Amino acid sequence: MLEARGLTITFNAGTPIENRALRGLDLTIATGQFITVIGSNGAGKSTFLNALSGDLLVDSGSIKLDGQDVTRLTAWQRSHLVARVFQDPLAGTCEALTIEENMALAWRRGTTRSLRFAVNSKLRELFREKLRLLDLGLENRLADRIGLLSGGQRQAVSLLMASLQPSKILLLDEHTAALDPKTAAFVLELTARIVDEAKLTAMMVTHSMRQALDHGSRTVMLHEGQVILDVSGSKRQGMDVPDLLQMFERTRGEALSDDALLLA
Amino acid sequence: MSLIAILGALEVGLIFGLVALGVHLSFRIINFADLTVDASFPLGGAVAATLIVLGWNPFAATAIAFASGALSGWITGWLNVRLKILQLLAGILVMISLYSVNLRIMGKPNVALISEPTVFSMLAIEGIPEYVLKPLILLVVALAAKLVLDFYFASEAGLAMRATGSNPRMARSQGISTDRHTLIGLALSNGLVALAGALFAQSQGGADVSMGIGTIVIGLAAVIVGETLLPSRSLAVATLACLLGASLYRFFIALALNIDFIGLKAQDLNLVTAVLVGLALLMPAYRQKIRKARLRRPQPSKESANA
Repeated sequence: MLEARGLTITFNAGTPIENRALRGLDLTIATGQFITVIGSNGAGKSTFLNALSGDLLVDSGSIKLDGQDVTRLTAWQRSHLVARVFQDPLAGTCEALTIEENMALAWRRGTTRSLRFAVNSKLRELFREKLRLLDLGLENRLADRIGLLSGGQRQAVSLLMASLQPSKILLLDEHTAALDPKTAAFVLELTARIVDEAKLTAMMVTHSMRQALDHGSRTVMLHEGQVILDVSGSKRQGMDVPDLLQMFERTRGEALSDDALLLA
Repeated sequence: MSLIAILGALEVGLIFGLVALGVHLSFRIINFADLTVDASFPLGGAVAATLIVLGWNPFAATAIAFASGALSGWITGWLNVRLKILQLLAGILVMISLYSVNLRIMGKPNVALISEPTVFSMLAIEGIPEYVLKPLILLVVALAAKLVLDFYFASEAGLAMRATGSNPRMARSQGISTDRHTLIGLALSNGLVALAGALFAQSQGGADVSMGIGTIVIGLAAVIVGETLLPSRSLAVATLACLLGASLYRFFIALALNIDFIGLKAQDLNLVTAVLVGLALLMPAYRQKIRKARLRRPQPSKESANA
């Protein structure tokens, strides 16, 4: 279970370009839940995700994973609890390393790394088995540099890598945004399969409302660094993009009038 | 060139092969432009020479030299990852401060080892002349260092170090402390360079405070010459290329200085080095130009070939 309480992050505090990216964000994700997060540009989606991964440390608030306080841990220190797939297909893998070496890196996520050989025949067989599930023919290209793969293939391997070790939460950062529609659909389908099979707790950030409603069991909308909308269950079931938009505008309208009231 | 001159070039070339391995580790593997090398090389020489003169066993003195180099690399890394000082500046700061440290260690600008025992004199074999034995010993040392690095790069920890240089953000998300691996990489790199310095002092008969000038350029030259001659994605080939590059580089330097009509003298060494490195740096771009020009040339079409 993930519990985020009152997260705030301000960039360039005290300067003319001050940006309050997170303004007291609260969110709880139950174990095994797959939630989708939407929001317009600058709503704080990426900042929130980076705060959960540890790439950014919050100014205030707390983050707990299964009761363990990780608020002050850096990205590598909390990596045994957090798995992640980046938006940029090039960012989640090491271009200069081979497919099997990349997978070996992920195989040791969050554990100590010894002087033993990183790849052995047993691991190679396991990787081959995992890659076969992708049906991309990569199981025969273990020793190829991952830089030779297409963006979609690399993203698919990144997903596999994220699922090699258990995690308390899987963070998906608009991981299909840089792909063509067909590849994006494939990667999304793969995401659903992996999350479902391993019963992962997952959070997918997207800026496609369609995607947000089609995947997972709960959708959260961020606006100005806070959760302004949280739909799940039967209410979400029959929802379509226009409904969501309407809800968004209504809530935003109210939020704006709140501000107006405060300023008055 | 006489056989002695060729073997002499090989001897120095293999020592700089160790420097090249160190430079390869910092510049290529962990992606850190480390200039500490210019001072960790004489540091190794100073430590080894001083300890040997004090009566230490040459092997122990050489080991301490390795450790002192590792420490200097660690300090450069610490300045960068902890204090956030720019890579180049961190290296330069350590380099300039080590100049004083080296003078302090030796107590004077140079220490002679002419009549002292060295690792080479201790390994001397009856009947084999020194000018043959030294390059042989150094070949074994250089190959051993290469193999150790090869095995390390294939290990879990070594893979983490390569990820640190290749994609630090991804490395961190996989639980790798990029700071720690940068520190270890720099320590290992400068340890190797100091080891080279210690062997250089013992093979050339003494340590001198100015023996490090241009080490980084020679190391880079060796790495680049090696990469140009043996281009490969394989790390085992890359480390071999370092040794080959350094040896060939020294060979060509010796050749240039030996040919009388060019009129080059020993004092022109650094100038020749800089020119050679400049040329080697131009090579890949020049090669690409030739390839492009070749592609642009109209290819004979099938029809005209049949006609």
